[in-house]
Amino acid sequence: MLKIENLSARVEEKPILKGLTLSVAPGEIHAIMGPNGSGKSTLAHVLSGREGYEVTGGSATYNGVDLLALEPEERAAAGLFLAFQYPVELPGVGNANFLRTALNAIRRAHGEPELDAVQFLKLARAEMKRLAMPDDMLKRNVNVGFSGGEKKRNEILQMAVLKPSLAILDETDSGLDIDALRIVAEGVNAMRGPEFSAIVITHYQRLLDHIVPDFVHVLADGRIQRSGGPELAHELEASGYAGVLSEAEAA
Amino acid sequence: MPAVAETLDTVRTVTGSGYKWGFETDIDMDLAPKGLDEDIVRLISRKKKEPEWLLDWRLKAFAAWRAMEEPTWAAVRYPPIDYQDAHYYAAPKPKAGPRTLDEVDPELLKTYEKLGIPLSERAALAGVAVDAVFDSVSVATTFKETLAKAGVIFCPISEAVRDHPELVRKYLGTVVPASDNFFAALNSAVFTDGSFVWIPKGVRCPMELSTYFRINARNTGQFERTLIIAEEGASVSYLEGCTAPMRDENQLHAAVVELVAMDDAKIKYSTVQNWYPGDADGKGGIYNFVTKRGACRGARSKISWTQVETGSAITWKYPSCILQGEGSVGEFYSVAVTNNHQQADTGTKMIHIGKNTSSTIVSKGISAGHSNNTYRGLVKILPKAAGARNFTQCDSLLIGDQCGAHTVPYIESRNPTAKVEHEATTSRIAEDQLFYCRQRGLTEEESVGLIVNGFCREVLAELPMEFAVEAQKLLAVSLEGSVG
Repeated sequence: MLKIENLSARVEEKPILKGLTLSVAPGEIHAIMGPNGSGKSTLAHVLSGREGYEVTGGSATYNGVDLLALEPEERAAAGLFLAFQYPVELPGVGNANFLRTALNAIRRAHGEPELDAVQFLKLARAEMKRLAMPDDMLKRNVNVGFSGGEKKRNEILQMAVLKPSLAILDETDSGLDIDALRIVAEGVNAMRGPEFSAIVITHYQRLLDHIVPDFVHVLADGRIQRSGGPELAHELEASGYAGVLSEAEAA
Repeated sequence: MPAVAETLDTVRTVTGSGYKWGFETDIDMDLAPKGLDEDIVRLISRKKKEPEWLLDWRLKAFAAWRAMEEPTWAAVRYPPIDYQDAHYYAAPKPKAGPRTLDEVDPELLKTYEKLGIPLSERAALAGVAVDAVFDSVSVATTFKETLAKAGVIFCPISEAVRDHPELVRKYLGTVVPASDNFFAALNSAVFTDGSFVWIPKGVRCPMELSTYFRINARNTGQFERTLIIAEEGASVSYLEGCTAPMRDENQLHAAVVELVAMDDAKIKYSTVQNWYPGDADGKGGIYNFVTKRGACRGARSKISWTQVETGSAITWKYPSCILQGEGSVGEFYSVAVTNNHQQADTGTKMIHIGKNTSSTIVSKGISAGHSNNTYRGLVKILPKAAGARNFTQCDSLLIGDQCGAHTVPYIESRNPTAKVEHEATTSRIAEDQLFYCRQRGLTEEESVGLIVNGFCREVLAELPMEFAVEAQKLLAVSLEGSVG
């Protein structure tokens, strides 16, 4: 259970999040939509512990643990996974090596035995097959020379292997063609279950046609302005943020 | 079995059965008096029961050294070295050093643990296996018999002087002359041991050769001298690993390595250097002033240097190739890591003399803390080296904002048909790379290790397998505490 209460954060001197409240129960998928600069990515980064953000008020707990007090890797071990909007290139670092190192770090944190190369490859290949990824993706350097779509699929592969209990997808659909979008969505849907929850940050309705959320929230000016079911996304698509937000103000 | 482990194993065997190589009669005589003069040079030569010609050679080197000035052109700074305040000869005393691991500095043990060195080997490395690998007396050499069958000679150089004087005399000082430079001259005057390798014509050495050098005693300089000769069509891969315990004082290490490759011969020389770098404030550490040079004398011969330099307070080292034979090939692959207050000025010289000679230089410098890391390289194409080619790539990686990286390439081309390429980059470990790794569950240190190993991959790929694993771990350990 993720509980965000009245969370405020700023970048340098600029307030971005201004009292955001959101609860995500196990098994739920929440979509967060909102105009540019509304604080969507800031929320993803503050929750995952990126440097450069100062939390000025409020709290965020995950399963009762103060998330904001943990190092980024401790949050990962606690089950939080961030699919990056701009996946980072690691020259010279093999994808398989990176993923196995990450998986073993998390397994170690859970007191589970580490996987050797053979065990790991078996697991990774099975996930890749499901995601229709070519085998050579494991041999290449992390995200180096990957197309935009390959980078996003690589994020989903990492999620599939690391099996987080809470995933935050930060505009994972941006730059994807329709086939890649479907593969990414299938990757997320395959994880759905009572133990898995996700926050899907997106600009577009089309991703939510494939990953049908339980809740949709509109984030603007650092706060959740409106919440609703999947139909809210359709409303946004039809009348735009301005229309939906003015309605919120009127209400 | 990893070569290093083999060596250590052999060392343990030797330790168990007392000394095998020399010095039995002089066991009580462990240190020459401090200071350096002709008498000390004579003493060393006498202790080693050397022939007259070698004593003469040493004395000439000593005379040359006395007339020389310590070089100051490198981008390293250190207080003046008092060459009279050191022992130039140290032979081991049995049962010196700690007896059990409990007596060893826990910091040192932690480092070994992080390196994943098995407990038994940690003991040997920490000097518990009494005199396991000691100053001035060469490490026991491995698998002598197998090598003998192949006709390969691999022994301490002092033994080679005794048993194969004609070979030593023919090649010693022909690549690095006794008066080549200040530190080489000092080494020539007082060298105490090192390795000698001779691979006969057409023989491919049946195993990787390795020597684990170690400085154990206090206030001793270490002056190994290594000579490797590959005759026509021969090939050999030689590994050198170095480590040293922590001492507050600075210790001088001035080695000389000479390689000679005849027609179609190949020599691959790999180093993982992890001498004590000094503490976080820059106190203590090894001064590593080393002259390494290979001569590709024969046509189509090849000499390849691979080095991973993580230790030493100061590294001054330029493994070089003289490409004399037509179509000969020189390679230099280097990773140099500096952290805290370490200083490294390292690189290579590729001297193209013969036609169609080619050389490749790949240098990866990593600086962290308050350290300074300089790549200094010379590519020289002489007038007769028609068709010579060189490719140089120098990459620097900075961690933090207090360190320095410098690239000083010299290119002298005196043949218009030569082709010389140079590429250089400087980058920083980006905050987003670190965060990406940490978000996936890696600690900050694991993340740095992973990114740095990725940065160095082209060089690490040149190392023999077992060394590569050790080097990877070493890189991560060397950079601990460098971020955050």
